Amino acid sequence: MDVTPLLAWDALPLAVVLSSFVPGVMIMFLKEEQARLRNSLNMAGAVAKVALVGLMLQGVAGGASYEWALEVVPGLSLTLRGDALALLFVTLSAVLWLVTTLYAIAYLEGSANRTRFFAFFSLCVTATTGLAMAGDLFTFVFFYEALTWATYPLVVHKGTPEAIRAGRTYLYYTLGAGAILVVGAVWFQVEAGTVQFAAGGVVDATAVASGPITWAFIFAFLLIGMGVKSALFPIHGWLPTAMVAPAPVSALLHAVAVVKAGAFGITRLLHSLFGIEVAWEMGAAVAVAALAAFTIVYASVRALSQDDLKKVLAFSTVSQLSYIALGVALLDPLAHVGGLIHLVHQGIMKITLFFCAGLIAQTLGVKKISDMGGVARRMPLTMAAFTVGAVGMIGLPPVAGFISKWYLGLGALGAGQPWVIGVLLASSLLNAAYFLPILRTAYFDDPDPSWARGAEGPRPRLEADWRLVLPAVTTAVFSLAAGLLAASSWSPLGWAILIIEQGVL
Amino acid sequence: MTGAELWTTAAVFGPLLASLVALGGRPAALKAGLLLGSVTTLAGSLGLWLQVLQHGPVRHLLGGWGAPLGIELWADGFSVVMLAVTALVGAAVSLYSLSYFGDLSTLDAETSPAGRAARYFVPLWLLLWSALNGIYLSADLFNLYVTLEILGLAAAALVTLAVTPRATVAGMRYLIVSLVGSMLFLLGVALLYTEFGTLALEELSAAAPGGPMAATSLALMTVGMAAKTALFPLHAWLPPAHAGAPAPASALLSAVVVKGSFFILVRLWFAVYGGGSEAGLVLMGGLGAAAILWGSVLALRQRSLKRVIAYSTVAQLGYMFVMFPLLAPEGLGGPDPRWSDDAWIGGILLAVSHALAKASMFMAAGNMSYAVARDGLRDISGVAHRLPMSFLAFGLGGLSLAGLPPSAGFVGKWLLLREALSAGGWFWVAIITVGGLLTIAYVLKVLRHALDREASDGDFRPVPRRMEWAALLLALASASLGVRATEVFQVLLQGGVQPWT
Repeated sequence: MDVTPLLAWDALPLAVVLSSFVPGVMIMFLKEEQARLRNSLNMAGAVAKVALVGLMLQGVAGGASYEWALEVVPGLSLTLRGDALALLFVTLSAVLWLVTTLYAIAYLEGSANRTRFFAFFSLCVTATTGLAMAGDLFTFVFFYEALTWATYPLVVHKGTPEAIRAGRTYLYYTLGAGAILVVGAVWFQVEAGTVQFAAGGVVDATAVASGPITWAFIFAFLLIGMGVKSALFPIHGWLPTAMVAPAPVSALLHAVAVVKAGAFGITRLLHSLFGIEVAWEMGAAVAVAALAAFTIVYASVRALSQDDLKKVLAFSTVSQLSYIALGVALLDPLAHVGGLIHLVHQGIMKITLFFCAGLIAQTLGVKKISDMGGVARRMPLTMAAFTVGAVGMIGLPPVAGFISKWYLGLGALGAGQPWVIGVLLASSLLNAAYFLPILRTAYFDDPDPSWARGAEGPRPRLEADWRLVLPAVTTAVFSLAAGLLAASSWSPLGWAILIIEQGVL
Repeated sequence: MTGAELWTTAAVFGPLLASLVALGGRPAALKAGLLLGSVTTLAGSLGLWLQVLQHGPVRHLLGGWGAPLGIELWADGFSVVMLAVTALVGAAVSLYSLSYFGDLSTLDAETSPAGRAARYFVPLWLLLWSALNGIYLSADLFNLYVTLEILGLAAAALVTLAVTPRATVAGMRYLIVSLVGSMLFLLGVALLYTEFGTLALEELSAAAPGGPMAATSLALMTVGMAAKTALFPLHAWLPPAHAGAPAPASALLSAVVVKGSFFILVRLWFAVYGGGSEAGLVLMGGLGAAAILWGSVLALRQRSLKRVIAYSTVAQLGYMFVMFPLLAPEGLGGPDPRWSDDAWIGGILLAVSHALAKASMFMAAGNMSYAVARDGLRDISGVAHRLPMSFLAFGLGGLSLAGLPPSAGFVGKWLLLREALSAGGWFWVAIITVGGLLTIAYVLKVLRHALDREASDGDFRPVPRRMEWAALLLALASASLGVRATEVFQVLLQGGVQPWT
């Protein structure tokens, strides 16, 4: 099929957003029993989104860019822009949404309220792709706030008192910060006279010099708004609590949508609004870098003392997300590359880990690390995928995490901030200290008799439902490929370099 | 008859005629009345919208007689926006009421209690609609007084249709407040007339009322209208009345009826009095701020569904008065020419958004309590699974009230905040923001109960589809204004906040 005419279609970004919105709304009106129709709609939307994103990737790699806008009121528009930077995030969300949808269909089979679940799941992805392609701060806030409420029903999905509590904590943090974000965004518009995102920033350095306090407050307001989703210390508390949600939701929170929206927002704040040079001059960027560095170490230390597998993974997310913030806050293009690729790398590695944690919990009922003895014997594929993710988190080659750390390190030296190397090393050591014992337990300890007995019956051909195993293996392969094939121009690294070359950051 | 004359006539006399038709009392007459009222007002407001958008404010001398003898109708952007939102809400509520009282075609209007309620509801509501449209199109104080009086009487009667003792008492209280309000208004009108010798709004505006007499008159009229709008601290009558009325009546009262007196207040303060005094505007805004906080806190404490929504109305009305001081600083439109229309557009967008969302929420709540035949927050446990559309409508409406996207409320709050921030009004910024968070809290409380897993296994009465659709359509209208409100923006600038200067 000839797709050339489509490549020049300016409304492609809108089509990408609608590809999950339309199925999401349609699902909302389905009956609980209509599982087949619901799943078909979901998968069709997910596949369509990946296909549309593929088209845009092709166009942008060839130098095209897409812009679609709808005026809300004179002076404020919903603007969707598909450029290389936006596509980095959109591609991640679209691909991971596809695998997570497959996983979620199998994971939730037979449970209650799936209509609601899948409807809001689609809305979350809609909001995420919208904010990823937001061409200005108004559009960004629009989708960012929509993401906040669309995620809530997923967090409380189980309806247990614990889930309700987690949902409440989630809302306190995100809505509170969201209110501050809105004030910050409007204030930004009043002072800067625009809400446009532009490479290099839209804030005038002389304006900042004449009103440093005002600008510091605006930056702080926006940073709080973005930082809460990005789980920056000290506003990270909701994320470990929210891990009570079902595994596909954790995947969504930790890899596809929510936390990524925050990290991407920090990138936009530093690069598209203030401009990294201005942000350094006013001391804002160094504050972000320091906060991120502290979060990296602090969350890793907290992860050490957890026994609940998902909680370890949650603290690990808090830590790893700050790599992104740290990278984009440094004043060196290589550090920016490191931060940007980690947006993708953290996503594919962490989703692998959550898929595996869900698989193990679903199949064996094991949720605690201390109960994981011998899991690798019963579920070799799952643990192989888990191992790839864990090794990547530590930052060892050949997994993608190594590439991130390498570029972050290079960038830190380039920016004249050698202390960052120390933070990276400390984090790697701490990561090793909590991931390696998990691997040791799973591979070398004796199986827990409770599930080992249950497993004596006729063993399934595959260790679990293929729709659960396939996503985990797929994302593990992605994590390996992103590391092994980093030099390819279609790898996350290659794309991040394209972003810098095209000057869209 | 010119186009504009046709449309104003349709908007005012269409529902009046429909009301007379509905007095026939037979099911067919009731249906015909609702249809006629909806069609004439929808057509009238759409036609007038286009007229005003293209040609600016329009004037219609009824029967060709001008002031002081004749009745003059006058429409600017503000009028048509209010007309249109009332038409949308009214049409949806009319659709809703076709089923709420039972199937109208089989109802025995003579004997069954529901039939009796329907028989009174329809003509009263159509009369009220005509009065409301009359307010939006009035060009002089006397017409305003007459239409206001009709509005008040019809509205109080609607409350008592629930025929419970509590509703009767609430309706009685509402009637008294309403009458006292109109009386204060009339007193103010009399003072103005003795001073300036005219009742025409435009002529009064040209006379630029000032001095103690004019100030007293404004104060009297303001107190009267504030009581009818339930502006804090004169709000105590509202929750029992709005919560006690039958669901379609509650939707109308909360969504559009209070907007009638709000409309008059805005016209008086800004169009006639040119903004009044800075201190007065700040006082109005301060009362609005108190309403936001007090109404929200009380909404959080309610145990019955409809009372939560009723207190929410007290709170949300506060936002419309926060607009007052934001319109004030250093000449109307604020100090920053870049955002000079922000407070005006933002404030009216919030009023529109509240009308659509609140009507939707009252109807959705009506559906929920229709299904379980009770109204307590606990009684609606699990109802979300049975009535997903109503649940969705309630949720979308809640988003709009809380100012979360996508909703007209989000855009309106953005504009109000921009005005407040460019004027350095941090107090208003804080109020707008905190009010939004409190709104989320009480909306979420309702949603959580509706979502509860332990669904009550009691009797579940199926809800007619059109009642669910009526609620959802208005919620969707509010959401769509959150992505596209340019047309509202443009028409509101026709005439603007001060149409006669």
